[in-house]
Formats: sequence, structure tokens, C-alpha cells
Amino acid sequence: MSKQKIKCDCGHVNPIGTVLCESCGKPIEGNQHIDGNENKKLLNMRYDGTARRSQTYSKSIIDKIWSFFSSVKVGVWLIVLALIASMLGTIFPQEMYIPAQAPNRDPAFFYEDQYGIFGLIYYQLGLHNLYSSLWYMILIALIGVSLVICSLDRFIPLYKALRHQKPKKHKAFLSRQRLYSETEEVTDEELEKIKANLKQSRYKIIEEDGHILAEKGRFSRWGPYVNHIGLIIILLAAILRSTPLFYMEEYVWIREGEQKAVPGTDGEYFIENKDFIMETHDENDERFQAAIEQEGMVASNYQTDVVIYKADKPLPGAEPELEPMQEASIRMNEPLKFDGYSVYQSGYQLNEFNSMTFNIHQTDDAEEVALDTFTVDLTKPESEYVLENGFRVELEQFYPDYYLDANGIPASETNYPRNPAFVFLVYPPGSDDSEISFVGIGRNIDATGENEYKLGIDNFEMNDVSGLTVKYDRSLIFFGIGAAIFMIGVMQGMYFQHRRIWINRKEKGLLLAAHTNKNWFGIKKDIDKVIEGTNVRMVDDQQELDEIEK
Amino acid sequence: MDLLDLSSTALYTAFVLYLVATFFFGATIRDKRTDSKKGKADKIAITLTIIGFIAQIVYFITRWIVSGHAPVSNLFEFTTFLGMALVLGFIIIYMYYKLSFLGLFALPIAMIIIAYASMFPTDVAPLVPSLQSHWLYIHVTTVALGQGILGISFVVGLMYLIKQIDQTVKSKKTTWLELVLYFLVVTLGFVIITSSFNLAGYKATFEYPQGSTLVTTEYHLPAIVGPNEGTLITEGVMSPLFDAPTWFQGEDAGRKFNTVLWSIITGSILYLIIRVILRKRIGAALQPLLRNVKADLLDEIEYRSVTIGFPVFTLGGLIFASIWAEIAWGRFWGWDPKEVWALITWFFYAAYLHLRLSRGWHGEKSAWLAVAGFGIIMFNLIVVNLVFAGLHSYA
Repeated sequence: MSKQKIKCDCGHVNPIGTVLCESCGKPIEGNQHIDGNENKKLLNMRYDGTARRSQTYSKSIIDKIWSFFSSVKVGVWLIVLALIASMLGTIFPQEMYIPAQAPNRDPAFFYEDQYGIFGLIYYQLGLHNLYSSLWYMILIALIGVSLVICSLDRFIPLYKALRHQKPKKHKAFLSRQRLYSETEEVTDEELEKIKANLKQSRYKIIEEDGHILAEKGRFSRWGPYVNHIGLIIILLAAILRSTPLFYMEEYVWIREGEQKAVPGTDGEYFIENKDFIMETHDENDERFQAAIEQEGMVASNYQTDVVIYKADKPLPGAEPELEPMQEASIRMNEPLKFDGYSVYQSGYQLNEFNSMTFNIHQTDDAEEVALDTFTVDLTKPESEYVLENGFRVELEQFYPDYYLDANGIPASETNYPRNPAFVFLVYPPGSDDSEISFVGIGRNIDATGENEYKLGIDNFEMNDVSGLTVKYDRSLIFFGIGAAIFMIGVMQGMYFQHRRIWINRKEKGLLLAAHTNKNWFGIKKDIDKVIEGTNVRMVDDQQELDEIEK
Repeated sequence: MDLLDLSSTALYTAFVLYLVATFFFGATIRDKRTDSKKGKADKIAITLTIIGFIAQIVYFITRWIVSGHAPVSNLFEFTTFLGMALVLGFIIIYMYYKLSFLGLFALPIAMIIIAYASMFPTDVAPLVPSLQSHWLYIHVTTVALGQGILGISFVVGLMYLIKQIDQTVKSKKTTWLELVLYFLVVTLGFVIITSSFNLAGYKATFEYPQGSTLVTTEYHLPAIVGPNEGTLITEGVMSPLFDAPTWFQGEDAGRKFNTVLWSIITGSILYLIIRVILRKRIGAALQPLLRNVKADLLDEIEYRSVTIGFPVFTLGGLIFASIWAEIAWGRFWGWDPKEVWALITWFFYAAYLHLRLSRGWHGEKSAWLAVAGFGIIMFNLIVVNLVFAGLHSYA
């Protein structure tokens, strides 16, 4: 390979590593191996024979890295690796998709329990969190690096070369194009006619000393680079999204009638759940009767009616003043948006207990006449209740979601009051000795069997709870832009072609050559139309000839 | 006749028309041999195909009117639409290349897909809240269209392989090709066995635990495999030989797995019968049909359909999908198995397009890729729904 800038016979000085002179296209001796032109009749025109950094320098470590990532082969390998890695992650559910009804959702337990030894290996390899794992992200990042380097390596020299095209080409360049013909005699009129025809076919014409370059659709050559830019923007957006400035997500359970600070807003906004509504499709609807009979009831709507309040910037310690800002209904597919935040209907819990009222009566009183009553607010149970008629009740234990665990010991399955149970210590008026009472739904256990007083559930209030996701995602716009650019680039590169036709005068006749990056049938039709009514010879498709010779 | 009956009749009509059209496309082979001009059979065949397609559109629109939402919301509706998209892809490519042989292969595959679809419950079902969005139509129809066009590249790739692979000796290639054809026969086996037992009205009910609740499921095929920890309730029917493994997470996995087993058994018997009749590999028997097609042309159509199908799939399966996921769930990407497999499909065709840049990957290698690509799409449609639990378990 030539070690210095190369001066071509035509006088043009080319950068090191050039395969075809940027100006006249003459193959540069000593560099033909780069694009595999040796011993071939046709020239490789993919990058117009420009000097690509990756093919030129290979001394320093940077050169080597650059060459590595600029290779399409390496790019394809990275894609294939990402593809295989992605498959691995779907063998068993990812951690976040461990089913809610699983006996134990702890991943250390779940995978081995459900899938045996393979599950254990899956978990130990970290495949249960594959898509957020470091090595998966590195793989995606390497694809990003490959995108950038591949594109720069090709785009920059190609752009320069196509900007400085000269109509006058070396014969060695023209005759080694796939489409080529020589004509002995051509009149000036014929040439004028060809020019007019080219213009009519919407070719852009550059002329120099009677030589012609007709070109169309050059922008399609940028298609691959444009779509790569789109992908790079998407990858960058993903990085932005990992910062709190661009992305925040919180989940909040809120009961009907409850008012809460909206999480993630620093107490700037409050939200009140006025009502949760769940509706089902009408089972008498003729259209759906058969399906509902088969599959059971189908929900038609999940909805939370809320009020959003804006809080005056609370002084430290002071209660914020709330100004109602917006009333809205949040449904599936219809999130609420306010001041850059979005709130989604994400979950619900029907009929949680809100409060329970108990009365105290004598154990042997068949009439169960209440001696005293008290109410426990299940959202804020107190530890002690002093009652009007002198009784005092201590709340010794509270199980919001009572069940008996594997060892037969009372426990709470969740922190939500779905099946509340209590252990009360009841102090009769004026007494310091207490009786122990266990009360739950449908249970009233007197552990000692000697209690003088008994507790009964007198009344309770229930309500629904809404699960809402609160978030902002300021990176979305960049994902959108990236995706749009990607689609534009793909179409630009795939559905348009860069066609060039060279017409060089030679004594009385002319040389005609043409190149397109795809759809050779189309450009042949173009040429046919352009030379119609002249003596110019139609081009030969030298590749077809090549193949016949084989 | 009410509208829903009209809808079903229209779909049935479309199916029959595709079948008849296939025979006419078959008749064009002789036309070519006698070297006559474009024959009559050719024109009749494409006309029938188009009428069939219109009939399928009638099915689609009337069903939409009945249910009040675009009929793409469950496995039956989606898969039927995929078959329709494949036919549309074929019609477009046919208009461009006038290649009647394509019809001989594309229509049977579209028919297998539609027949496969109709084995699933065809009742008009109401939409759950998460599906009540215009994005249902936009996302699902675009995905199906993209997959249908990519399906054409599969059909053409398959034709390329049938034509080009040397059938005189048994080789790795002939075996793999035979395997692909065997899968098609298994699908046919699925249709045959399912409709036979449906016609006979076979029923067996099971009860099995799902989390902490007991649910029941109804088998329409004798149970070779029962639901995990299930108990048979119906009396006087075959009891299962074994239970489905626990790691089958999809809804009603035991029943679906049972159906797969039956399909493989029926398909294998069917395949053996075909082999006994033909006395050679199916690939070898089909090869002479394609004698007059240019391999280069097949290669070009295959590539063309990927260049059209890939952007449509990207738009529907990744971009529209993300927009809808953002609106419905507040996250545009969640690594749900169906999403991941859409990404895998995208990676695969991206690799295909890059490999096409080098000459060594044209022709046969690229035909294998086109076949494998559609394999991934079918995997996402069938296996992901069967084995994996996810947000897309309805379709």
C-alpha cells in the first residue's frame, strides 16, 4: 500500500488508502486488494473506492480497535450475540414477572422450587435479571460503538468523494463498470438529445469539456447512516432515562376517601381517591354471551376518580395548604396528565376493611347487651382505647391479613387489612387484671375459657383501594425522534437508488458507463429511454456476461 | 342470516376460493412447459385469489361490526388476520413479478395458517380494559401485515431450497428441508385431529390448582397429558398418562401441550403415509414443479419481501407496540417474553439485511435464513403463548 498521499495521473491528490482516484476513478496501483478488485473484471463500487480509515491504518491499538468495530462482520456477530442473549432471558420468567400467586416470590427460592436444577442455575447465573445485567448492557453498548464507528468509517470518505465527482473519468474506471458500452461515432445533436432525455428522466447533469455525469437519488446512499443515527439516538435516550432528571416512577396504594402526597413530587402535589370503580361486561349482551359463558365474567373498566391538589410550598413543620387543581377519572389506556406527571391505573384491591367497631358484653349474656363499644381505625390502630363506661382495651397484636403459617402460628400475609384479626387485652372497670381475647372475621377465641367478658364485631366499614403509578419520562421525546429517524433512514436507503450514468467523449465517439447501488433492471430501462433515437450503443451488463462465462 | 353467520360464511368462502385458486396455479405449470403465452389458468387463479381476499375482508368488516372492535383481539382472530396478510403480500408480489408458481406455495401456507387459527375458540369475546384502545387495531394489524410480508420471504426461500438442494443423495440439507416440510405436515395434523374430535363432540373436564384457587379446564382431545396436579372429573374417558411439567406457565398449559402431542402424533402418521405413497422425500417430490423458475428471481423476491416486511414489522411490532405500552401501562418496554421475541425477530432480520451486503450470503444461505426468520415469528406466535406467562397470553 502506498504510504503517502497519492497523486493520480489526472493530477488529483488522493488520501492514503484510496482505491479509485476520487477525481477520475482510475484504479490506484497497489491498493486494489483493499476492495477485492484484483483479478476481477468489475470494480467494487460499494464505497466508491474511497480511503476508509479501517482499511488504511493498522499500526496503533486505536487503529486496531477502529478496524475491529468498523467491520460489518463484527457488527453481525454482535447482533447475533444479542439475539442469543435475549433468548436466554425468556427461558424462565424474569424476576419482575414471577407470578403474584407463586407460593414464595423470593427469587432465591422461586427458581429452584419451580424449575429444579435448571432454575437454580438460571438464578445463579443471574439470568433472572438478564436485561438489566451489566454484561447484557455491555453487549448493547458494543453494538452502539459498532454503529458509530461503522458509520463514520464509511460515511465521511463517501460523502467527500461524492461531493467532488468529476464527469471526466479514466477509461479503466468506465470499462470496469457493470454497465458499459463504446460507440464509434456520435453527433453533437445526438448528444444534445441524450442530455435532454436525461433531464426529462430527472437526472442531475454535470458537464465538463463535453463529458457528462448524470446522477439521481444520491441521498439514498445516506440511508444506512441516517438509520444508524436514529438507533444511536435511541441508545442515548436509554442512558438519559436512567437518570432521575429524565425519569421517575413511583407506585402508590390509595384508599377511597384517602388523601396522600403524590410520591416523587416532594410534597408539591396531593391526590385524593374519591372512588374506585370496577365494571364488567354485561353478561346478557347477546354478542358476548357465548364467550362469557365459556370464560367467565370479563372486566370492562377499571377506574379511579381522583382530585389532584397543589400544595403551597410547605414551611418546615407547617401543614401544607391544598388548592384543588384538577378532578379526573383515571382508566386503563387513559392516564391522567398534569404538570408533566402522568398517573396510571395500575392495580386495585376490592373491599379492604377500613374500620371495625366492637362491643363488649358479658360472656354468659345470651342477649349480648353491649356494656361498652369502641372503633378501631385499621389504617391507624391505636395501642390503647379508654372507653366511656370504664373499660380499657389494649391492642396487643394486630394481623391485617391474618393466616396461620406453616407452624400453626398466627401471622399476617400482607400489610393490607384484607382479613384483619386482633389480640385484645380487656381491662374491666377499675381492674388492673386483663382478659385476653382473640377476635377476627368469624372467629372469637377465648384462649383460657374463663373470660368474663366477650368482644363482638358490631359493625365495619369497607372500601376499595386503587394502585396508581406516578411517573414522568422526559426521555420519551428522544426515543420518538430516534425511531422516526430510523424509519426515515431505512426507507431512504431501501426504497430509493443512487443511479449514475457517465458519458465521456472519445474522439468522434463516446464511452457510456453506469452504476447503481441496487435495482439494475431499473437503470437499464432508464438508459434505454435516454439513448432512444440515437446511434449510441446500449450498455452491456458485464456481470451477466461474467456469469455466463463461468 | 345474521351478521355473525355471514362473517363466518365469508371466511369459509375465502378458504375454499384459495383452495381452488391453488389448483389453477398448479395448472399453470403445464402452460409454461408448452411455452405458450400467459395462460388462462393464470388469470383465473389470480382472480379467484383476489375474490377470496375480498371475501376475507367481508369476514373482517362484518365481524368488526358485530363485536364493536377490530377482530384482532384473540388467537383465532389474530392468526386469521395473519393468513390474510400473507395473501395480501402474495397478491402485491404477484402483481409485480407475475410469478404464478408463488401462488402454488403461498396459498397453501396461508390456508394452513387460517385453518390453524380456526381451531381456537371463535366466539366473539368482549375486550378487557387493557385492550380497549385504538392502538389495538393499529399495532396488531401492522404487526400482522409485516409478518405476512416476511412470510412471503419464507415461502420464496422454501421454494428456492426445494428447487436448488440436490435431492439425488441424502444430506444434511435434505434432512433440514424435510424437517421444515414435516412441520407443515404437523400443522395439518393439528387441524385434522382437532376438527375430528370436535365433530365427535369429545369432552373431558379437569380440575387443577392455579396458585391458591382451583380452576377447571375442558379438553376436546383425549388427555395424553393432564394439567399439572389436575384431577379428571368426567367419567368414562381416557385418563392422562402423565401431568404437564410445572414450568409450563401459560394459561391452560396442560391442555395446549396435550394438543401439541396429538398434532405431532397425527402429523407423523400423515407424514409417513405421504412418504409411503411418494416413495421419496417430499422435497424431492416437489422439486420438479419448480424446474422452470429462475433461482435468481426467487432470491430477489425473497430479499424484496424482507426489505418491505422489515420496516413494516419494526413499525408495528416495536414502535407502535411501544407507544401503546406507554399509554396502557406507563412503560413502553417491559421485557415481557412477547416483546423480547419481537426484538429477537428484529435482530434476526437486521442481521439478514447486513449479511446480504456480502455476495457470499446470497442464494441458498439467505434462503435458509428466510426460512429460519419465519420460524422465529411462528415461535413467538405459538410457543411463547404456550410456555411463557405474559401480558400477551390472549394472542
